[in-house]
Parts: sequence; C-alpha cells; structure tokens
Amino acid sequence: MKNDQALIEYLLRLADTDMVLAQRFCEWCGNAPALEEEMAMLNAGLDLIGQARNWYDYAAELLDDGRDADHLAFRRNEREYRNLLIAEQPRGDYAVTTVKQFFFDVWHHLVLTRLTESSDERIAGIAAKALKEVTYHRRRSTEWMLRLGQGTDESHRRLADAVENLWRFTYELADTDDVEDQLAEAGIGAGNVGDAWRAEVARVFAEAGLELPEPARHFYMDGKNGKHTEHLGFLLAEMQYLPRAYPDATW
Amino acid sequence: MYAQQVDTGSKGLKSLDDMSPEERHFQEKVDAEVRIEPKNWMPDGYRKTLIRQISQHAHSEIVGMLPEGNWLTRAPSLKRKLQLMAKIQDEAGHGLYLYSAMETLGADRDEEIEKLHRGEVKFSSIFTYPTLSWADMGAIGWLVDGAAIVNQVPLQRCSYGPYARAMIRVCKEESFHQRQGYEILLTMMREGTDEQKEMVQDAINRFWWPSLMMFGPSDTNSPNSAQSMAWKIKRHSNDELRQRFLDQTVPQLEFLGCTAPDPDLKWNEETGHYDFGEINWQEFFDVLKGHSPCGIERIQQRKKAIDDGQWVRDAAVAYAEKQKANDAA
Amino acid sequence: MADWTLFEVFVRSKHGLNHKHVGSVHAADATMALENARELYTRRSEGVSLWVVPAEQITASAGDEKEPFFDPADDKVYRHASFYKLPPEVDQM
Ligand SMILES: [Fe+2]
Ligand SMILES: [Fe+2]
Ligand SMILES: [Fe+2]
Repeated sequence: MKNDQALIEYLLRLADTDMVLAQRFCEWCGNAPALEEEMAMLNAGLDLIGQARNWYDYAAELLDDGRDADHLAFRRNEREYRNLLIAEQPRGDYAVTTVKQFFFDVWHHLVLTRLTESSDERIAGIAAKALKEVTYHRRRSTEWMLRLGQGTDESHRRLADAVENLWRFTYELADTDDVEDQLAEAGIGAGNVGDAWRAEVARVFAEAGLELPEPARHFYMDGKNGKHTEHLGFLLAEMQYLPRAYPDATW
Repeated sequence: MYAQQVDTGSKGLKSLDDMSPEERHFQEKVDAEVRIEPKNWMPDGYRKTLIRQISQHAHSEIVGMLPEGNWLTRAPSLKRKLQLMAKIQDEAGHGLYLYSAMETLGADRDEEIEKLHRGEVKFSSIFTYPTLSWADMGAIGWLVDGAAIVNQVPLQRCSYGPYARAMIRVCKEESFHQRQGYEILLTMMREGTDEQKEMVQDAINRFWWPSLMMFGPSDTNSPNSAQSMAWKIKRHSNDELRQRFLDQTVPQLEFLGCTAPDPDLKWNEETGHYDFGEINWQEFFDVLKGHSPCGIERIQQRKKAIDDGQWVRDAAVAYAEKQKANDAA
Repeated sequence: MADWTLFEVFVRSKHGLNHKHVGSVHAADATMALENARELYTRRSEGVSLWVVPAEQITASAGDEKEPFFDPADDKVYRHASFYKLPPEVDQM
C-alpha cells in the first residue's frame, strides 16, 4: 500500500473510533448515575467528536474525492467503518462504560503521545491538542476503575464482569497490522504501543484488585479493517438516520 | 415558567406595620434592592417558597434535557451534534447551578429530587411534549429557550443573592441556546428541501402554544403572585412576560417565512403589541396534573437513572471512606 | 438522604485575581469534587485554578459578596451566541 493510502486508513481508524465512542456517550444523556457524571461524559463526548472532526477533515483532504468530514462520518456503512471493536460495544452499566473507556483511554493516550512526534506536522498538531483532553479522560477513567474496583462488593463484581466481557477485544489495542507498521516505519504513525498499554493496565488492575488476564488473542473480528461485531450496524443506523433518509437535505 | 404556580402559603400581603422587627428589616432590605444572602434572617415563608421555586426551576432544566436528548444520537452533522451536546450539557449545568443555590437555603438536593420522582413536585409543562423531528431541536432552542430567557432575565435581579447569581450565569449561556435553535430552523428554511420546510412549520405548529403556556395563566389577582412580587422573587406578571416574549418572537417568525397556528395573531397599532388568540388552559392544567404526552416517561427515565446509579454512587462513597481510613493509618 | 458530600467551589480566573466562590458541587471525595467543579464551572475556560472545600468545614459570617463574571472560552466557539451568524433583521436575539 502507498503511504498516502495507508495514511487515509489510519486517519479513518482514529476518527471512527472517536466518533463511535462519542455516540455511546450520547446514549448516556439523561441516564447517567449522577448529574455530575452526565456533565463529565458529555464533556468527553464533545472532546471526542471535536477530535474526530479534525481527523476526518484531514482524511477528506487526502481522499480529495468530494466527500467532506460529514460525509465520511454519516454516509459510510459498517463494512467501511474502521473503528476499534472496543468502541462499538454497548454502553452496558457504568462498569462496562468505565472499563471500555479505561482500555481505550490508556491506548489513546499512548498513541497520541507518539503522534505528537509524527513527521506529518498536521498529525502532530491535531495530536497535541487532543492529548491534553485525553490526559484528562485517562485520569478520570483510571479513578473510576479504582473507585469501582475497591468500592463495594457489588461494584467490584460488576467491574470484574465487565473486564471478563470486554477483554477479548483488547488485542486490537496491543497489536498492530501492516498499515500501522508501515506508517510507524515512515515516522508518521504511532506504531505498536502494546507493551506500554499492558504495563499501565496491569498497574491499575493491581490497585483495583482485578486479575490481569492472559493477553487477548486475535479472533475472527477485525474492526480496523471493517469486520465488526453486530452492534455497530445498529449504532450507525441510528446515528446516520437523517443524512441517509434525506440525502438532499441541508442541516 | 420553569417554576409554574409556586405556592407561597400567603393569603394576602402584610403591611410593614404588621411585621415583626426582623421581618420589617428584611422587607426594607428587599424594597431597597439589597440582596438577601444565605446567612441573613429571612421569613420562613420566603425560604420555603424559594426552595419550591428554585427546585422546580432546577428540575425543569434537568428534565428539559430529555426531549433534546431524544435527538442527540440522531443529530444530522458533526457541527449539529457538537452544538446540541454543548447545549444539553449547559442545561445540566443550569440544573446544578440552581440546585446549588437551593442548597444554600438548607434544602438537600437528593431529597428534592426524590420528591420530583415521587410526583410531589412539578417540572415545567413544556418538557412533557414529545420531540418528533429534527426541526423540534430548532423550535425548542428558539421558542422554549427564548421564553426561558424572557423569564430569567428579570430574575438576575431577584432578591435572593445565590439565585440571582445563578441566573446571571444561566442567562449568559442561554443566548447561545436560542440562536443555535433559530439557526437550525433558518438553515432548513433557506437551504433545505420542501420536506424540511414542512418539518419546520410542523414543529412550530406543535410548540407554539405550549411555549406561550410556559408563562402560566394570568396571575393578576393571585395572592401567591402578589407575595412573590413583594419578596422580589418574581418581578413581572405572567401576562406581561408572555406579551414581551410574543412581541419579540413574531417578527422572528415572519423572518423565517413561517406562520403561527393562531388565526387571531395580529399587530395592534393602538397598544403597540401583538394580539393573540385564546390559550387552551384546560390543556395546561391537564398537563400539570400529569395527563400529558410524555410526563410519565420523563419522570420514569430520571428515576431509573438515579435508581440504577445507586450502586455507582455507593461505590464512590465506600472508596472515599477507605481512602480516608488509609490516610489516617 | 444525601449520597455525596457538598463541596463549595472557588475559581481563580485568568486575570490573576483571588479565588472566588462560584457555587457548589456534590462529590464522594475531594478529587472527584475538583473534577466535578472543573466540568461545571470552567466549561468556557473561566478559570486557571480551583479550590473545593467541604461545605460543613466553612464557618460563615453574614454578609454580602460579589460574584465574578466569566471570561469566554477561546476553544468551543459554538457555545457562544456570536458563533451563530444571523441576518441583521433578527440579530438582536
Ligand atoms: Fe437552561
Ligand atoms: Fe432550558
Ligand atoms: Fe437553555
């Protein structure tokens, strides 16, 4: 694959993952366990959509086929979406949301940190701004891991259940594929952050009183290449309903 | 308004001469536009009425997130999604500012919220109406937040300091809400398809009357209203505010190229105001009594969120206690 | 019944002023109170520093205080009315 082609793929992965996670945050609106958490989740959601828009904009420029950021977000189907599998999993209870967010935030933080050094200045710039926001996201989800892990018997049980359910999707966070390796070699992409990711997760798990499972192994699914769980289709159906139902409309 | 039909417990106004020295001093401060602060002496009725009014106002902000939240996952573009999210989040913030003001009066937020969930306290009638199309996001921002602004601007000068200050912060944020709503409608009317234009008119048809009802029935002869005015926790009559809202809204309606579902709406040269048709107050009272399109669902959703979140809040408390114990050891 | 503790919040705005009381938040502990205060009171970058104090720890005298207004944020422009360009006929909104 040419570097440009790989870069578009890479940008869409970053954008789609942000977008899908933000959509899950939107689902919490009116349903959060405390009003303060409502505020916090909407803030994080705003950050993620803002980041998604930056990545989409850049991808759209490189694609140069007339599609803009909105088109990329709202008119591609589930086989074309490139988000990480962990992002599309249903929001579940607050333990599920916390674990999803924590796994992602740790990964996101490591990736963005490296991307601030990218030889592609556009990427470095977007990453630098996003990194500030994500540093805060990671701090918050880490704290909630500890609160739920050490809180009550019930919260600990729910947290452990969430880990058991979600762990299988984490191979995408700890592994890279050809696209990522190619861009890392070119000094553009973040490359493999698996070791650092696992070390940080292990540290927090120990403090939260959780057992660290064996590394997750790749299985049939492959979100980065458009092979998703069944959840994504419904998420997109809802999110993309208006632009698809009224293709000629201006909103 | 956001706090409709607040009971003051008053049968009629006391004159300064009938008041105890404390109450008289209090009333003189209020008359002189000096703000009352949490630690100042205040009549029991004033405290209770304010708690009722501010809690209803706060509940309305929080329940008011739901009709818009209904379209948050379906916002049609990145820009619109960001705007709606920021707007809804502001409303959560308004609720929290207000609860915070209410708590300075000695009320407890969680207890007041439980009263809402038990159906003992009301929230604004407007939020019991369903949102049936994307244009409703525009109509709500423009009409509902517009009406709220008309009501809230004078409350920035209300006699109770924390409430007035909360209102100042709220009003600063509200004008973005109204403008984003109007811009949604204007974009659809100017650049949209015929189908979209129909959506806009339909949304206005459904939200027009309920927005006018937000101000509550005429209160010219109400003892509650007279007392609230004397305490300066209400500064204008319902009819006055409704008229003010209507007068500023009709030109905006015409600019959109839309119409109101009111054949009697017309400019009155003599009064310098718009005349309008009879409001269906039966619908308003029905809605307040719970006979409303979505009133039950709104409360169910809020109650479920708080009930389902109990284990989360408990976990946070348990963790905090463990941390404290560790620090002490 | 109150789940979480009431904390009073103080914000120092950008201009090198003192911390000022802005309101309160509920939180299980001080760390959470700081974060909740950040989410609630600094959404439009109104501050550079925050204090939170458990409300029960404050001994208050009676008296008046002035509240700060807040500076606009430079980032999330869509939160501000001026972001919405309306034609002059309706621009007083
Ligand atoms: Fe509001
Ligand atoms: Fe509102
Ligand atoms: Fe509003």
